[in-house]
Amino acid sequence: MNNLFVYLEIEDGIVKDVSLELLTKGRSLAKQLNCKLEAVAIGYQLENIPKQVFPYGVEVLHLADDKRFVPYTTQPHASVLIHLFKEEKPQIALLGATSLGRDLGPRVSSALFSGLTADCTSLEIGDYEDKKAGKVYKNLLYQIRPAFGGNIVATIVNPDCRPQMATVREGVMKKEIFDPKHTGEIRRLEVSKYVSDQDFVIEVIERHIEKTKIDIKSAPIIVSGGYGVGSAENFKLLYELAEVLGGEVGASRAAVDAGFAEHERQIGQTGTTVRPKLYIACGISGQIQHIAGMQESAMIIAINSDPNAPINKIADYIITGRVEDVLPKMIKYYKKNTK
Amino acid sequence: MSFNIVVLAKQVPDTRNVGKDAMKADGTVNRAALPAIFNPEDLNALEQALRIKEKVPGTVVHLLTMGPVRAAEIIRESLYRGADDGFLLSGREFAGSDTLATSYALSCAIRKLGKIDLILCGRQAIDGDTAQVGPQVAEKLGLPQITYAEDIIEITKKNITVKRRLERGVEIVKGPLPILVTVNGTAAPCRPRNAKLTLKYKHAATPSEKQESGSDYTDLYDAHPYLNITEWGANDIEHDPKWLGLSGSPTKVKKIDNIVFTAKESKRLTGSDFEIESLMKELIANHTIG
Repeated sequence: MNNLFVYLEIEDGIVKDVSLELLTKGRSLAKQLNCKLEAVAIGYQLENIPKQVFPYGVEVLHLADDKRFVPYTTQPHASVLIHLFKEEKPQIALLGATSLGRDLGPRVSSALFSGLTADCTSLEIGDYEDKKAGKVYKNLLYQIRPAFGGNIVATIVNPDCRPQMATVREGVMKKEIFDPKHTGEIRRLEVSKYVSDQDFVIEVIERHIEKTKIDIKSAPIIVSGGYGVGSAENFKLLYELAEVLGGEVGASRAAVDAGFAEHERQIGQTGTTVRPKLYIACGISGQIQHIAGMQESAMIIAINSDPNAPINKIADYIITGRVEDVLPKMIKYYKKNTK
Repeated sequence: MSFNIVVLAKQVPDTRNVGKDAMKADGTVNRAALPAIFNPEDLNALEQALRIKEKVPGTVVHLLTMGPVRAAEIIRESLYRGADDGFLLSGREFAGSDTLATSYALSCAIRKLGKIDLILCGRQAIDGDTAQVGPQVAEKLGLPQITYAEDIIEITKKNITVKRRLERGVEIVKGPLPILVTVNGTAAPCRPRNAKLTLKYKHAATPSEKQESGSDYTDLYDAHPYLNITEWGANDIEHDPKWLGLSGSPTKVKKIDNIVFTAKESKRLTGSDFEIESLMKELIANHTIG
């Protein structure tokens, strides 16, 4: 009872990275709270799940195994979580802020009347004083997230309602094996007790999910473009530089919104968080929501025609100039000096 | 066959265009400097509703929003584009609502609208980016949900078929009516204002707005009842007060921080050939690249 739960997102029998990252974070939070780390897998043919997640320190793994759970639709998965949470009364429940987690989380939180904070960038444990009620709450989950378009950071708490629910984007937390030999308890749920036939009302007619082709998260070098790049045409220069350097192309939200780059390339609070050894920001002014997703890069080069662009503050090198002038030179001199 | 559709919309500060004057000297957000706009993805949702209305005569599109008096602006905007009528849910009782309390209030208002076949709303609002209100309204009403809709492929008396845009692909799903569908920004953009409708609804107003303006147009509104935008307070909807506003909001804001990044010691370069070549040599030498 009152443990920390992580919902496991599974695609083709593989637990997604975002869930493993949450298990890693969950393990350390559970240790602070002196409670257990539990995980829930809802899917079909889940025999391979335990060995994937036990090394991350899962102490209890709940399996809801039924053919009808795949492909994912909202209500069956929501019903399992709602009923399980009513029985187990977790103090914290974490989900990935993926399209699935953001579909499932609010449904569950609404049914349980528990607060949910989307897209947290940090999770901590701490106390909260409700001055009006004169009450102090110990060991709450601080759900920390940028708000207002990423211009401020808010710390949210759920003083009275349980579970305290949060979603976290992939790549925000680090995944780390706790103990390769660690093993825990498996509890198989009797599915018919958790879902009803009425839950299966959505029919998936077609499904095309691509394997991630673009892997900006693990690229050692990222050449990233913003609205200041000007056009999809100019973005080609970024691809060229990324290719010669052996990196990937990223983009700011403004560039994605303008159609210069695919959504998968978006870096920032509403995209992916990256930590490459080199980040080259081209025509990116540096909205906070973008900086939040790349500030941990080991080295940052900012190329901007505006000498006072906010991103310059966190850059190691500031090149004041036009992207279309500077990038060809970088390509040229890289090639010249590596031959 | 015709449908009753509700579009849920929100008036939001335009956080996408945060200019230099949007942050005050002390680093806090200057809300007054941000224009209030129609939440972009709610416009995509409105377009989907208007398309159904075009295809299926007799279909009625209601616009429902919760917000302060000035949120009536987005109701008028919807009327200009083809919505049939609008409802503003407004009042002190709703203040301090988080997503759950908002969803509860909206669900009570939707119940009051009678038999509804389809609820459409944007995937998320740009001021919070939570994407929670849609699914939570569906849950409160006991309806199924389809999120991330990019296109409504077909709607029949019983079912709706929707193309969903997910992180890494697409899905085509079919669900029974009544249902709630949240619409993605990748869906078709909303049509512009229609000139005739803009003229027709120019003076559409809520009771609060009429009172604020102070001018007496009673005759105008009596002669043209469609100019009356309905305004509901908490007393107009059947509700349990404990689920509204602050008391209905399980999440509390503990604190707000302004973001301060520690400035690095940076080297400034011009884009000259010599400087760029030196930089590339340096990066190769310290094994950052190459």
